[in-house]
Amino acid sequence: MGLTMAEKILARAAGREEVAPGEFVVAAVDLAMVHDIFATRVFSLLRSAGFRRVWDRTRVVAVIDHLVPAPTAAAAAVHQQMRRDVAEFALTRFYDAGTGICHQLLPERGHVRPGMLLVGTDSHTTTHGALGAAATGIGTTEMAYVLATGRLWFRVPETVRVVLTGAPDPGVGWKDVILHLAGRIGADGAQYRALEFSGGALAGMGIGGRMTMANMAVEVGAKFGLFPADAVAVDYLAERGVEVLPFGPDPDAVYQETLTVDLSALEPQVALPHTVDRVRPVSAVADLPVDQAFIGSCTNGRVEDLEVAAQYLAGRHVHPHTRLIVAPASRAVAQQAMERGILPALLAAGALLLPPGCGPCFGGHQGLLAPGERCIGTHNRNFAGRMGSPAAEIYLASPATVAASALYGRITDPRTVERSAGHALR
Amino acid sequence: MPSAEASHVVGGRAWLFGDDISTDLLDPGEYAIAPLQERVRHTLEAANPRFAPEVRPGDVLVAGRNFGCGSSRETAAEALQALGVGCVVAESLARIFLRNAVAIGLPVLVCPGVREAVREGDPVEVDLAAARLTNLRTGRAVQGNPLPPLMREILAAGGMLPLLRQLAAQAAEGRGWVDDLGS
Ligand code: SF4
Repeated sequence: MGLTMAEKILARAAGREEVAPGEFVVAAVDLAMVHDIFATRVFSLLRSAGFRRVWDRTRVVAVIDHLVPAPTAAAAAVHQQMRRDVAEFALTRFYDAGTGICHQLLPERGHVRPGMLLVGTDSHTTTHGALGAAATGIGTTEMAYVLATGRLWFRVPETVRVVLTGAPDPGVGWKDVILHLAGRIGADGAQYRALEFSGGALAGMGIGGRMTMANMAVEVGAKFGLFPADAVAVDYLAERGVEVLPFGPDPDAVYQETLTVDLSALEPQVALPHTVDRVRPVSAVADLPVDQAFIGSCTNGRVEDLEVAAQYLAGRHVHPHTRLIVAPASRAVAQQAMERGILPALLAAGALLLPPGCGPCFGGHQGLLAPGERCIGTHNRNFAGRMGSPAAEIYLASPATVAASALYGRITDPRTVERSAGHALR
Repeated sequence: MPSAEASHVVGGRAWLFGDDISTDLLDPGEYAIAPLQERVRHTLEAANPRFAPEVRPGDVLVAGRNFGCGSSRETAAEALQALGVGCVVAESLARIFLRNAVAIGLPVLVCPGVREAVREGDPVEVDLAAARLTNLRTGRAVQGNPLPPLMREILAAGGMLPLLRQLAAQAAEGRGWVDDLGS
């Protein structure tokens, strides 16, 4: 019987011929990621358990991305300790503040390979399914266990196949597809299960779009959000000096369920406060005034996302009652966006530019909301209290919808806005 | 099954919460790197401001679907443990929250139908070995889903840190995790 991607990866990592959904296995982890919010706790747990080394120092990536640059002396002290930990445990892959968001860096720097089993101290670790890795978030105690032993227990998940057909209309992006799915199956619609994406639409989908969708797999409860590593993925990695073979499910893999999404029928989508699955077509909430618009995060802070925003904003100006905050997902993204005239166009349009990193996405700093304020953002969570006051409202949407909304100061269907045709963009 | 677990009954007052209680409600990102004593003051503040100041050791948190959804922050489970919550009983638990609770030794129980059987403040008792919650006001018992054996063993050990300590002690012998859990 054929295996899904999740089953193939867990079987290999557990040293087994095959595994079945519902089974528990102990599997060898290929790559582990820790970031600044949790790294020092992981290392202190590791020390307190009596470990002075990690199982493989070349398989651990440490990233300072959440609180950058340090907003408080306490955050600076956490970073200081993290740098000491990285030195003490002699980790070889460390990205200091300003390099970028962990989930952007892992693919961008060629650390993710198709078929890998990857864990991170961050729920959005599912992002790396974009390159065919079984990647998922774990807590600090479990990460200490992984760093000590290189192993962890997993329940083999059932797999839900999501078939993407058709091509989206202009103004409709991959974010709209995943928001639509969240609205359709609910915030726990794929609880404990793996999503595996397939279908004709993948051919026209870059790694950025796949990252957006795999990133939000966790927002429907999924353990993994997997894309087959096809020619697009192989080329993406080749550009980064990493040679890999294509990887996908067995042709006769068995799925628990199959969902089909026809992209050509899709309107831009918006998730309403305070859950990611309260999704409506943009037309249902159009004209709601917004105090803040945020473009960034590991979901939608890549150069293609900033470019879409610039297509709506270049040569124009953000509405005077609205603040537009832009945070590139990495330094490389910022550099490209600079060179291509995207950041200059956004700055000229009135954007407030943040350093590469998580920015206000998780409510740590940089652009928090007052009670009663409304924000529309390209990030992935709109829980009460996610971005400052629990009495603020967060709407989630695509870069196009957020840019169009920033322009008019109200939630706006990007299809009603004429693009400024890449004005001054290269 | 270890005998420590068989006698494991917790009890207290029930605190009711709805669906999709997120890690941002349990442990707001704004206090991400604050000390535990400060963070627990804000636990579930936006959902029920009385909870953190009034919860007593042994009290049982009874919630709806997808409890603990969102971030991987273990501190969400840690905060409940630090406040003395005896057990989280929910219609369903978000994946990472479930793992984290088990990893730090916070008892959890998935118990479909539990919210209909309990009112705010009811005295309740949870028998962890039997995976059952009993409402002591009404006498009604609700059967939950027993945790898989592997998770029960980790919980019985007090979480993964004690297991890791054992491993460190046994490192010279090269014995591994599978041996330790006997599964
Ligand atoms: S950008 Fe937001 S969702 Fe992504 S890792 Fe940072 S805080 Fe988490």
